[in-house]
Amino acid sequence: MNTQTENKTQEVASKTMRISGSEAVVRSLIAEGVDILYGYPGGAIMPVYDELFKFQDQIHHVLTRHEQGAAHAAQGYARISGKVGVAMATSGPGATNLVTGIADAQIDSTPLVCITGQVFSHLLGSDAFQETDIVGISTPVTKWNCQVTKAADIPKALAKAFYIAKSGRPGPVLVDITKDAQVGELDFEYEPCKGVRSYIPVPKTNPADVQAAADLINAAKKPMIVWGQGVILGKAEEELKAVIEKAGIPSAWTILGASAIPTSHPLNIGMVGMHGNYAPNKLTNECDVLIAIGMRFDDRVTGKLDSYAKQAKVIHFDIDPAEVDKNVKTDVAVIGDSKDSLAQLLPLLEAKSHEAWLQEFKDLYAIEFEKVIKHDIHPVKEGLTMGEVLRQINEETKGQAAIVSDVGQHQMIACRYADFKVTKSNITSGGLGTMGFALPAAIGAKMGAPDREVVAIIGDGGYQMNIQELGTIFQTKVPVKIVVLNNEFLGMVRQWQQLFFDKRYASTEMTNPDFVTIAKGYHIDAKRVSKREELADAVKEMIASENSYFLEVCVEKEDNVFPMVPTGASVSDVRLS
Amino acid sequence: MNEEIKSYTISLYTENNIGLLNRVSAIFQRRHINIESLTTSQSEIDDVFRFVIVVNITEAQAAKIVRQFEKQVEVIRAYYHTDEQTIYTESCMFKIKSALLFEEPQIQNIIKDSNSRIVTVNKEFFVLEKSGRRHEIESLRRDLNVFGIMQFVRAGRIAVTKDEMRVTDMLMAFNNHNN
Ligand SMILES: Cc1ncc(C[n+]2csc(CCOP(=O)(O)OP(=O)(O)O)c2C)c(N)n1
Repeated sequence: MNTQTENKTQEVASKTMRISGSEAVVRSLIAEGVDILYGYPGGAIMPVYDELFKFQDQIHHVLTRHEQGAAHAAQGYARISGKVGVAMATSGPGATNLVTGIADAQIDSTPLVCITGQVFSHLLGSDAFQETDIVGISTPVTKWNCQVTKAADIPKALAKAFYIAKSGRPGPVLVDITKDAQVGELDFEYEPCKGVRSYIPVPKTNPADVQAAADLINAAKKPMIVWGQGVILGKAEEELKAVIEKAGIPSAWTILGASAIPTSHPLNIGMVGMHGNYAPNKLTNECDVLIAIGMRFDDRVTGKLDSYAKQAKVIHFDIDPAEVDKNVKTDVAVIGDSKDSLAQLLPLLEAKSHEAWLQEFKDLYAIEFEKVIKHDIHPVKEGLTMGEVLRQINEETKGQAAIVSDVGQHQMIACRYADFKVTKSNITSGGLGTMGFALPAAIGAKMGAPDREVVAIIGDGGYQMNIQELGTIFQTKVPVKIVVLNNEFLGMVRQWQQLFFDKRYASTEMTNPDFVTIAKGYHIDAKRVSKREELADAVKEMIASENSYFLEVCVEKEDNVFPMVPTGASVSDVRLS
Repeated sequence: MNEEIKSYTISLYTENNIGLLNRVSAIFQRRHINIESLTTSQSEIDDVFRFVIVVNITEAQAAKIVRQFEKQVEVIRAYYHTDEQTIYTESCMFKIKSALLFEEPQIQNIIKDSNSRIVTVNKEFFVLEKSGRRHEIESLRRDLNVFGIMQFVRAGRIAVTKDEMRVTDMLMAFNNHNN
């Protein structure tokens, strides 16, 4: 924005006018630069919808088919665009239906502003129709929340909400607005929030800590980096790449860190964690310095903590001081913005290469390739594998697609085999593991990055958790590509039953409907493939399509995902079969 | 860090926010930490509130939990201190039948020896107030229990720390930065 238009916007925004609370909601959203939001109307939020109707040339409301879909769509939008996602719902069930999405956004640090309607303030506490204490319910899963009962408080509350959602470590916030606040009047003036005195979003990187980190790295013989989503959230991809390349450090990623550095980068050694790659899991317990960047040592990453990287000195870069020493004891903590911290680190590093050490990763990769990868992506057996579908998608999209995965076996396969070339290309529910995430998140992602190819990879189980969002796709004509990898099982749970419960497949086998017919019922182009010969053409047709497209691939029913670090095992006990 | 379970006093300086108590207690609840006592009041700074919370945990837990508190948007600062690092007290009240004052002359001695104070006396009952350490309050309660207590209530610990808190500095820095 040039300064002229900027001044003009400020002028318009600061001119006081007498308007209703609900109009103030919409004007506040517009002032925050929101041009799209996801939601579902109902009694307690109707005045705001009435204003959305009037402002539809400036702000586009997408009617999802369920409030959970609205929350996930807002997440998908936020994850791909780096902007704040906005979801709206009515009181009571509308608000509670958002909760799963809010919890997902909280644990995956996704900036979200949720606006819920609430009953009249004089009815609060009276068990009024559709009254629910959403502020109380959402407290443990929001970065911040509040209830507004006066029209005059709306602009300030929303300004604070946006500021908190996007600053520092991002997260979801919820603003609950009573109906009397919506219909009441105020003198509207919008001033963006610039700070909250009790809140330090970005602690300043301490140069002494960076120096201490550099000293450890420079002295290391076998350094290893594990980066997480903090790199993407901090827009520090370039800085990370420069650090990795200068110091020659083999670098692995957590599921949410995927795509920050291209998959094919020679120092990219793959994913860590329960279904991560063999080499980085095993060698976590051999490195001498472990450098964690913007990741939080989730238990799915560390396995058994008592035997996690005990031999290594640990350096932890993070924006959130609460992450330091939370799970893994660190030797050096660098608290601050990842972009800033890594930029400070770079000049202090000695240029190095660790050829012999890198070779150890390559050797283990060769083993993983022989035992697992080859069979996954170039299978010779009859049944189709999830891995070969990913390989086809890579080929057709040339690695340019954003992959939105759901939760289960297909998710692990998608993250393991997607050939990421562009950052913010892996949109998945990492921390909460929310089945049903992908379909609505893909809608939001495509709307947040219309120029990108967005491919949702979903299991037959998770697909049916938010299948109603096909209605949103039909109505908005958003051209997302949907791939359901149908194994007729809740595959990941079935895998555990096979490995740890003597194959007692309790409630994991599914008799599925005709997914192609369902998609066609929504007028979405749809195809099913169950033979290898048909796969390449089907994927080609899907990617070539200008419209939304549904592709069901009937895959082998009882394939397993390996490598695997069983629950409670050490990362170095990662299994290949 | 020390793994010994000890009594820690957690002090929070916060904005006055209706939902904050909920956030604070949720942080303990999620970690199965029992709150021994919790007091909130105005602090030395206008518009800033202070929580004094006593919990029995290890130092490692205390350090982690304090960081979780500081992460909350409306918490200005959070600290933890051992008993030795604070000056603390508790207070309590007893409601007792007035007749006992005359029937049991021993009660008068107990009151005198315990440094407690009679707040009010009427025909039916009198109210005794005492502040001090937990064990003093407990021993007074045991002594009086023999004669019968109509009501007993004890308030949470209040504590000030021996070292400086520097919250004002922090708020000043914020104001300067934003002006
Ligand atoms: C909402 C929700 N309920 C239950 C689970 C537990 N769960 C994890 S993976 C999984 C199976 C997923 O099956 P499907 O969607 O068919 O994918 P697949 O593993 O077969 O690829 C289940 C039930 C979950 N993660 N989320």
